[in-house]
Amino acid sequence: MPERSTSPSLSPRQLLIILAALAAVSITAFMVIGAKGSWGFVLPFRGTKVWGIAMVGGAIATATVLFQTITANRILTPAIMGYDALFRLVRTVQIFFLGGLSYATLNAQLQFAFETVLMVGLSTLLFRWLFNRAARDLYLLVLVGIVFGVLFRSLAGLMQRLINPNDYAVLQDVMFAGFNTIDKSLLMVSTLAILGSGVWVWRLLPALDVLNLGRDNAINLGVAYRSVVSQVLIIIAILVSVSTALVGPVTFFGLLVSNLAYMLIRSHKHALILPAAVLLAIIALIGGQVILERVFGFDSALAIIIEFVGGVVFIAMLLKGNRK
Amino acid sequence: MPKLIIGVLAVLLLAIVSLFIGVSDVTPMSLFSSSPEDRPMQVLLISRIPRTLALILSGSALAVAGLLMQMLARNRFVEPGTAGTVESAIFGILLITILWPASPLLAKMLAATVTALLGTALFMQILRRIPLRSTLMVPLVGIMLGGVIASVTDFFAYRLDLLQTLGTWQLGDFSAVLRGRYELLWIGALLVGIAWYAADRFTVAGLGQDFTTNLGLNYRRVLTLGLSIVAMVTATVVVSVGTIPFLGLIVPNLVAMAVGDNARRAIPWIVLLGAGFVLICDIIGRVIRFPYEIPIGTVFGVIGSALFLYLLLRRRPADA
Repeated sequence: MPERSTSPSLSPRQLLIILAALAAVSITAFMVIGAKGSWGFVLPFRGTKVWGIAMVGGAIATATVLFQTITANRILTPAIMGYDALFRLVRTVQIFFLGGLSYATLNAQLQFAFETVLMVGLSTLLFRWLFNRAARDLYLLVLVGIVFGVLFRSLAGLMQRLINPNDYAVLQDVMFAGFNTIDKSLLMVSTLAILGSGVWVWRLLPALDVLNLGRDNAINLGVAYRSVVSQVLIIIAILVSVSTALVGPVTFFGLLVSNLAYMLIRSHKHALILPAAVLLAIIALIGGQVILERVFGFDSALAIIIEFVGGVVFIAMLLKGNRK
Repeated sequence: MPKLIIGVLAVLLLAIVSLFIGVSDVTPMSLFSSSPEDRPMQVLLISRIPRTLALILSGSALAVAGLLMQMLARNRFVEPGTAGTVESAIFGILLITILWPASPLLAKMLAATVTALLGTALFMQILRRIPLRSTLMVPLVGIMLGGVIASVTDFFAYRLDLLQTLGTWQLGDFSAVLRGRYELLWIGALLVGIAWYAADRFTVAGLGQDFTTNLGLNYRRVLTLGLSIVAMVTATVVVSVGTIPFLGLIVPNLVAMAVGDNARRAIPWIVLLGAGFVLICDIIGRVIRFPYEIPIGTVFGVIGSALFLYLLLRRRPADA
């Protein structure tokens, strides 16, 4: 992740402009550095990759900021609460009942739409159930979320082996994308889903800012609390489905960019925080990829490094939050 | 006591069932009707008996290691898998595999013990900064620490193309257990014996440093002994068969719900339940997709995390 020093005198707007410029630099560097051969090939090839990564970064950043707003804290993220694992489970269950063969022949977009709908339903149910039972104890929530993640992953692993014990590893490759193997067949439909969610978030912006004041205050100020939270949950489920389908789970990425955004912008306005988080995500993913791949020659270890930094930050946040 | 005998019989029964499951035709009938040099007897001696023994040994040792961790960290939700111990052990195995590719199992185990001990000590250091009131933060920090260590391991494994090798230690699987490849687990049994012998000391140490010193025990020594046992048990199991998530957490908690917290009384039950649990899960993994096998790490991941969730959410809000 590129280092950047900011003096407090910079206004959020100026910061956003700097971030946008950095994002543009990262993208240009990614497209240009180390290119050999014809531009006619390199640019579209890398362009698709950049497009995918930017989409995923934006989706994760937005989902995380929204999740933190409705849960009123900065530690919880959809990934930590097991959403990514849930999506993989949903996909596995679908293949389990459809059979691997028909899965391969079905229309990819149609399947994806179906998975997303299922994901919206299941994640909303899980969220409501969890927060009704354990809302007061943050640590219990996080721990339960993590263990749910293990449960979903194990269940998915079990079903994958039941589907085809011989080609388990092969199947896993086919079913799930990685950071370097972005699923291109889903890029168009994902982009539409993300842009749609973006417009939806835009319309919710004023209500989101009020949610920051807490549930009771928000209701008092005339926000239809349940309706807004339900809408946000749906948006999060869509965004998580999209990002997990495109590149697979990245546990701590959202946590890092959202907290970094809050640190830099020093505001609670979603209209400022959300773009900042999205830009930071793009800078971190694409700039990080450039630095690692092109400068250090470390091929695609980015996800691993994110997990490392994210884990350390998370522990620090837990310890710090506790000392208050 | 009579209840304990029933427990022993139940585990024996499971062990016998475990002996006679598999593709190769091994039944009491085929054993008697063929000579000892024939296939059924050889399969039994080389594959089935070692596997069943490995299951019993690792299940009981991991469960007791979990209990020790819970007493020493004074927290119900700590076990080698939620304290960075397992991940540190795997890191040690990776290190020695890189430095000495042809190292024997024993050397791997020793390396894993050293790193597991270091990782657990680090965890205990972090633990001292967490106030006692937040019980759940302790396993949370432990899981995250494990994640951080695992990402370091992943990084090296990725660079050196060892990710696949890593998988064999990360996911518990008894299907590769043969005669000559499980005997290290007997060390675990020995350590369980020591733990039982010293159980009262650990109970006292669990009450805190001041209290322990007051009673005339050397707190640091007891702590070091306990953590060493935990690290070694974890290392032997991870080297021989891989990881079984949450076993050390669930078994002592279930036993404590039934017979209470007295370690000396609980340990026999923990040994039995740990062994029985692992035997059942291995049997499930072997029959659910017969003739294929599903690794116990996967089966137990489902059952174990479901039980962990039950333990977490069962508690009334009052004692949260």
